[in-house]
Amino acid sequence: MELSGGEILIQFLKDEGVEYVFGYPGGSVLHIYDALYGQDDLKHILVRHEQAATHAADGYARATGKPGVVLVTSGPGATNAVTGVATAFMDSIPMVVITGQVPTPVIGSDAFQEVDSIGITRPCVKHNFLVKDINKLAETLKKAFYIASTGRPGPVVVDIPKDVTDPMVKIPYSYPKKVEMRSYNPVMKGHSIQLKRAADLILSAKRPMIYSGGGVVLSNASAELREFTRLLGYPITQTLMGLGAYPASDKQNVGMLGMHGTYEANMAMHECDVLIAIGARFDDRVTGKLAEFCPTARIVHIDIDPASISKNVKVDVPIVGDVKLVLEDLIKLLQESSVKPDESAKNKWWAQIDEWRGKQCLEYDRQSDVIKPQFVIETLSKLTSNGDTYVTSDVGQHQMWAAQYFQFDEPRRWINSGGLGTMGFGLPSAMGVQLAYPDATVACVTGEGSIQMCIQEMSTCKQYGLPIKIINLNNRYLGMVRQWQEFSYEERYSMSYMEALPDFQKLTEAYGHVGMKIEKRSDVEGALKEALALKDRLVFLDFITDRKENVYPMIEAGKAHHEMRMAADRELA
Amino acid sequence: MSRHIISILMENESGALSRVAGLFSARGYNIESLTVAPTEDSSLSRMTIVTTGSEEIIEQIKKQLNKLIDVVKLIDLTEAGHIERELALVKLRASTAVDRDELKRLADIFRGHIVDVTPESYVVELTGTGEKIDGFLEALGDRSVIEVVRSGSSGIGRGDRSLDL
Repeated sequence: MELSGGEILIQFLKDEGVEYVFGYPGGSVLHIYDALYGQDDLKHILVRHEQAATHAADGYARATGKPGVVLVTSGPGATNAVTGVATAFMDSIPMVVITGQVPTPVIGSDAFQEVDSIGITRPCVKHNFLVKDINKLAETLKKAFYIASTGRPGPVVVDIPKDVTDPMVKIPYSYPKKVEMRSYNPVMKGHSIQLKRAADLILSAKRPMIYSGGGVVLSNASAELREFTRLLGYPITQTLMGLGAYPASDKQNVGMLGMHGTYEANMAMHECDVLIAIGARFDDRVTGKLAEFCPTARIVHIDIDPASISKNVKVDVPIVGDVKLVLEDLIKLLQESSVKPDESAKNKWWAQIDEWRGKQCLEYDRQSDVIKPQFVIETLSKLTSNGDTYVTSDVGQHQMWAAQYFQFDEPRRWINSGGLGTMGFGLPSAMGVQLAYPDATVACVTGEGSIQMCIQEMSTCKQYGLPIKIINLNNRYLGMVRQWQEFSYEERYSMSYMEALPDFQKLTEAYGHVGMKIEKRSDVEGALKEALALKDRLVFLDFITDRKENVYPMIEAGKAHHEMRMAADRELA
Repeated sequence: MSRHIISILMENESGALSRVAGLFSARGYNIESLTVAPTEDSSLSRMTIVTTGSEEIIEQIKKQLNKLIDVVKLIDLTEAGHIERELALVKLRASTAVDRDELKRLADIFRGHIVDVTPESYVVELTGTGEKIDGFLEALGDRSVIEVVRSGSSGIGRGDRSLDL
């Protein structure tokens, strides 16, 4: 089969099993778009801004576990995509981003729409390639998918100059089934001696704590995590990225940890004697003040990325490997061991944890007539508790409330930008999820600040009939900024107030969807029910919420896990 | 803080050098010198990086370098016996008989060679560890030095310790 570069790319994506490409055409990729024309095995989703293409592909990848694919043009197409590439990079999301490039003879001449895409993306990709020779195209694409989706996953950029996709230049094509790279061989199985040491330490614990992260989701190790945790009967906390890997409703789950984690999770971190970190990377939002992080704990750390181990926190038993395989091995060791967890110590520990739980750190004013944002999320969670609901979010207070008040019982249901904290992520990522699961309920929890960063995608949703439910927690403030200004800048609300907000209801209608505005607590449940019943329509629910509600509890910057600020502290002050 | 010489074999691809340089600048690691050239296998480049940092930082540097897709293999030469060599070319003011004698003597003491001679100047070629070259420059003082070019260190393990595939 003789194919041009453009045709090779399209054929390769089909052979690789790619369902959707999220993209936007332009000069340097016209040959590729021409090759895309007139076929429908590979579906192209035309976004309204390249940032949204990357977020949509990212959402698709997070929900399905398959790499998301993006196709954009050179220059501004590539630079617009960078935010989404960096977002995926920080959260280790498999993605292949194909950027057009100016023809090879003019590279470096400041040609029209030329930018050094390889140079710009280098610090925020797992790897990138410039393909200068059509004969290397298929092999390079194969490598890109392989690198993106194995080991610690991440985005890979493939930059293709226009002349490489010239329709007049054809070469024989066959799908490269295998790929071998001498320089890239991720370690999958844990080291047996380390596994044994870890099992011994885990079983010797008096005050154990399991701390699991996004790596469990990425490695599809939710079942193993559940088995491991239940076998031991130990408390478990999850990071923002790890929510859903262990059911929120399970009694061993003490909730999220970190800056806006639960009191019981953070206190248990502070007091534990053995910490079992699984697919988590000791992010600063999780650890708080490093010098006082888990002061009495010995630490086991399971991670596929050796560079994550002892990066921020020195650990006692490192295990490099795929979380799923390592947990399988550990479970076997624990089952075979003659030593069992110390029951009396465990009971004492649980009694302590229950005492912390008694603080009810997530309580809020349920009587208020003004809509409390927490109430909206709680109600959404209650109404969608069938487990087949996906929640994407933007970044800010609403993201934290969604993480705290939505009950995630399954992995890959909670889709948010944890590492980079990208406002504008919510709606486009919801598009990717909805395309992957057309029959599922997909809710995008957002705020009036974030939604405006990619609001143009309501147009894409119209074109492809994506019935996303946008839950806008509208407090007329950049709420998280405002909260920090309240706490740390003596209420000097510099630029955190948004004047001249659009009428979201009318705006949504202008895009061809259903808009709703909800101003009273008593209308919240009814509105959500009505929206959820509109199975085939996008509904934008503009909830006018309490303007000055804060996210509690909170560990302020520079504080340790046991120094939490509670909602009650505000009332006292 | 200690000084380490890290030797890397990497794919001889365009952009490989900038991945390493970018890593050091992005993560704020120190870099004293960096040299790179192809090896006997034309598909591979060998890079020698001299860096300083605490043990934790050095450990991170090695892990982060290993994580780069183009890096095939890496060793820390300073962990065991090794040979370190740097080349320096030093242009010296040598216009009086006294200076010329003195500089020739100094070059001999450091086993350097005078490789260019004009009525006004010498160029001395010197190889050795970074420390030895520092010593030579210190002995010269500022007065006679016109220009100094240093290659940065290269290194190789002693005995059967080698970095190959």
